[in-house]
Amino acid sequence: MISLTARRLMLAVVTLFIISLIIFVGVEALPGDMATAYLGQFATPESLKALREEFDLDAPAHERYFNWLGNAIRGDLGESYARHKPVSELIGYRFRNTVVLSTAATLVGVPLAIVLGILAGLTRDKWPDVTVSTVSIAGMTLPGFVTATVLIFIFAIRLEWFPAITLVSTNAPISELLPNIVLPVITLTIIMVAHILRLVRTNMIDVMNSDYVQMAQLKGVPSRRIVFGHALPNAMLPTINIVALTIIWLLGGVAIIETVFNYPGIGRLMVDAIGDRDLVLVQGIALILAIVVIAVNLVADLLTLVLNPRLRTARGH
Amino acid sequence: MTVASPTVEQISTVKRRSPMSETWEYLRRSRSGMIGLFLIVSHLLIALTSPLLVPQDPLEMNAEARIEAPSTEHLMGTDRLGRDVFSRSMLGGRVTLVVTIVAIILAVIWGSLVGIALGLLGGRIDEVVMRFVDALLSLPWLLILLLVVSIMGTDMWIQALTFGFTYGILTIRVARAATLDFVTREFLLAARARGESTRTIVMRELLPNVRDVLLVDGAMNWSWMLLGFTSLSFLGFGVTPPTPDWGFMIAKNREILAIQPWAVFGPVIMLSTLIIGINLFSDALAKAMGLDRSQGAPV
Repeated sequence: MISLTARRLMLAVVTLFIISLIIFVGVEALPGDMATAYLGQFATPESLKALREEFDLDAPAHERYFNWLGNAIRGDLGESYARHKPVSELIGYRFRNTVVLSTAATLVGVPLAIVLGILAGLTRDKWPDVTVSTVSIAGMTLPGFVTATVLIFIFAIRLEWFPAITLVSTNAPISELLPNIVLPVITLTIIMVAHILRLVRTNMIDVMNSDYVQMAQLKGVPSRRIVFGHALPNAMLPTINIVALTIIWLLGGVAIIETVFNYPGIGRLMVDAIGDRDLVLVQGIALILAIVVIAVNLVADLLTLVLNPRLRTARGH
Repeated sequence: MTVASPTVEQISTVKRRSPMSETWEYLRRSRSGMIGLFLIVSHLLIALTSPLLVPQDPLEMNAEARIEAPSTEHLMGTDRLGRDVFSRSMLGGRVTLVVTIVAIILAVIWGSLVGIALGLLGGRIDEVVMRFVDALLSLPWLLILLLVVSIMGTDMWIQALTFGFTYGILTIRVARAATLDFVTREFLLAARARGESTRTIVMRELLPNVRDVLLVDGAMNWSWMLLGFTSLSFLGFGVTPPTPDWGFMIAKNREILAIQPWAVFGPVIMLSTLIIGINLFSDALAKAMGLDRSQGAPV
């Protein structure tokens, strides 16, 4: 068990190292560099050269990579020269805002998805299943900006229940943030529920078709006990990983929803940073998001390990 | 020896390998599958014929007729520059369709080649490549797309290449997993024992078996690719204006959503029907091929 956990941790570190390499190479390959971003339209060949010399931009790539990585490990993500601020300061509150948004969506979405998934799984191919499954295809595969726009039209423009965009300052306290993010949370929740419920449904169908459930049915165990006592606990275990995957997928696309609602989160900052070639900032955001993804995966794996005795003994030691 | 006698897998393989007609028979009886196919075919027809058929010039601006409500002249009204929304919606998927269709073919081909090779080779190469693939997939998908597009540019054919390459990485995983699923099966071991060449094994034993998985995965991936492409276009990293494009139209016309909602509904309806059509079809295809698709996020 301990060795398994240690191995999993090692794997996370290796993945993070590879990611830092990919990020550096990817950002390095972008046209333009820090000097052109800093000087913008005032760039002249001479001023570019002077700046590159001042900040060692002409140093070999591997040297700059290890410099950047070394500083990042010590918590210094560098300074955004296009925005004239330290990267960590720019990311700070925006990262928190994105976390608030996704946490709210997760807290609403996961229980809802599990309930709907079980319902669909138990009524396979009957009308509740068909309805839930069809709606979920739309919720899952339509781009976030389409779902968001439709919601804005219905709830902000026609019904006037919620504001169409969030007018909060970046460093607003959470209590002020929450009432303003109802629509973005609903949008994220819809996408999330759609992803999770489909897989809960499949798991539920698999478990209900398994030998031990059929045995219980033949023995005459009441169906409520079969569902809640036997099927559910087994169908839930893979859900942990699905929830993790869905959170990761949402983080990947949260920038779209933040843009639609004008929400000051890290995703929108990322899009802007790429747009105006703020390379240091792009690197910092990419690294932070990658760490979150790896952490979410790690927690999900360890949780599955702890909750599943079979996995623990099968590969342990 | 059991090598010579046909195993259960072999028999079922022979049956699965029988012409696509069986799959087609099943598909035809699936209502949602047929609706999906109808939507996809309609979109392809619209994209092919609309340049000749649309009632108005999609690029023509008209200062007299800005932000007009739907009328007989402008079925879906006009946008801020007085351009006909209906015509622009009909034409707005052409670039998207060309890019994603070319890209998905590329993705399936290179992804499955690499995936099958990794599955067969195993060992160190497999380990190293998969580490990289997994690491790449730990990055936010939008970040990867934005970086790739910013580096490579937004020329239509270049974008087809970059999307094909990027989404092919997802196929590598699927093709590798499908291959691993078969390499230990008896009919493949038997082929090895008979001394058949790797080429023959791949072409005659492996490909027919993983083909179904790859087809369904390709269809599914197409819809994810559409989501990615239109999202970039929504953020302004796509088709160059004034060429009509759904994602960019939605982004721009959102500003007049309260006054002229049809300027947004037009492209929203077109894009949604295409994506839902693809998903209904690929769901039915998966069922017809006996693969229970438990679709999840492509991470």
